[in-house]
Amino acid sequence: MSSLRIANLSAGYGAVQVLHDVSLSVEDGETVALLGTNGNGKSTLIHAVIGRVAPTAGSILLEIDGTTHQLAGMKPEAIVALGVAIVPEGRQLFPKLTVEENLLLGAFRKAARPAIATNLALCFETFPRLAERRRQLAGLMSGGEQQMLALARALMSAPKLLLIDEPSVGLAPIIVSRMIETIRELKEQYGLTVLMAEQNFPQAVKIADRGYVIVHGKIAHQGTAAELGDNEMIRRFYLGG
Amino acid sequence: MRRHIGFLLAALAVALLVYLGTAWIGNDYVYFAGYVVLQYVVLATAWNILGGYTGYVNFGSAAFFAVGVYTTVVIHKTLALPVPAILPLGGLLAGILGLGMGYLTLRLRGVFFSIATLALAIVLNSMIVNWSFVGGGRGAYVIRPREIAFFTSYVQYLFVLMLVLATLAVWIARMVERSRLGRGLAAIRDDELAAEAAGVPTLKLKLIATTLSGFMMGVAGVPLPYFVTYVEPSGTFSLGYAVNAMAMPLIGGTTSWLGPLIGALLLGTLQQVATVTLSATVNLLIVGILLVLFVTLAPDGILGLGRAIVRRVRRRDG
Repeated sequence: MSSLRIANLSAGYGAVQVLHDVSLSVEDGETVALLGTNGNGKSTLIHAVIGRVAPTAGSILLEIDGTTHQLAGMKPEAIVALGVAIVPEGRQLFPKLTVEENLLLGAFRKAARPAIATNLALCFETFPRLAERRRQLAGLMSGGEQQMLALARALMSAPKLLLIDEPSVGLAPIIVSRMIETIRELKEQYGLTVLMAEQNFPQAVKIADRGYVIVHGKIAHQGTAAELGDNEMIRRFYLGG
Repeated sequence: MRRHIGFLLAALAVALLVYLGTAWIGNDYVYFAGYVVLQYVVLATAWNILGGYTGYVNFGSAAFFAVGVYTTVVIHKTLALPVPAILPLGGLLAGILGLGMGYLTLRLRGVFFSIATLALAIVLNSMIVNWSFVGGGRGAYVIRPREIAFFTSYVQYLFVLMLVLATLAVWIARMVERSRLGRGLAAIRDDELAAEAAGVPTLKLKLIATTLSGFMMGVAGVPLPYFVTYVEPSGTFSLGYAVNAMAMPLIGGTTSWLGPLIGALLLGTLQQVATVTLSATVNLLIVGILLVLFVTLAPDGILGLGRAIVRRVRRRDG
């Protein structure tokens, strides 16, 4: 059981404040999409949850199996150790390491270590392509394969909360649909709790239960995927639909 | 762990063969030359843990090496312990220096880190020059015992000591490389931000790397005063140590334990041969030329070159 509760969060880079008083929640087993065009703070929010951007105000509470942890102020390694994993924007693989080494690095947190063999087998079962290429350097694979690897690497840590930052960036539309489909299958298979930033609205609502539209660092709208999709104004102004 | 023990036994067997070979030649010069080459095996292997595995280029190897050297000078003038007892002490002090340097500089990346390590060597150099207890700028004589049990000469004794140290250094480096620690270091080398996001405790691993690397360099320096019997700062902090410690892994190949070993044996031997046949000053010239050639033509070193050839042959055959 895991859930995320962000309350009155402000964060930014140096003198530039990006997020203003943002509150949102992700319930157990839910997939929540952060929507909005580029430069509105989606990635900053994801980075604040994983500890790469320090919040200036507000709280980020992660509840895992009945224990609540305050993530604000924690280091990324400590947050990952709790069971949060990220599929970073632009994938951020280790290009000069092999596919297998990349996957093993996903299982660096203590709790994931005993299950390395099982999780590796599961990853190879889900992504047969990665099994074929396990000894190949990650940087030599195609964009789609690299995105699969980034996703598989995050799953290697057996995450309680999965953060996905812009999974569709730099991928061909056909690959994007396949990617979204894979995330949906994984979510159903493992009951993952997911927070996903995505500017591709039509793709995101395919798998999201709920969504938040971020505009200039503030939550402008929220609702179920269907509600957001039905709102003509949101589609036209914020989502490029 | 069992396979690591297996490798250690095999490595010790090789070391024994080397010893038997030199004993059969029975010439003290072999011990002199061999000691220097083996000392570079330890230095290059130590440098590679930080420079090769982790990707943090250390220009200040001489500083860590000198900590070992001057630990011996101090102990010689005070407690006069036998060399094997000074080894852990010199290593420990150099390790602490590595840890301190790590804390102060590891937030710096790339060339800024390297410049900071260079500065460390200069700072330590001037401290030694101004410390008269260890001879200051004039240097200090370290008279070694005339005889030592079980060995034909003191130099042979130091040679065997360095042979054991080199074997242990290579063993440790190989163990690190194949462990979770090594994988984490490789991730830092490849993309430090991505490593952080994946949950690798980057600062902790980097501190382990600087400490271990410093420890091994310090250990390499401990026997030197007894080997040369006279140490002074300009020799101990000479460019040669820093350049060799860096050039040997780069020429051999930095991503594996075998690289620094090959580089040190090859370059170290070449330098010894050049010292005898040409002149002692031509050494750094050879290193410089080889380094330029390798960095431009074979950036992955001899190991990378070997792997490329194997790949090509396989492709042609299959």
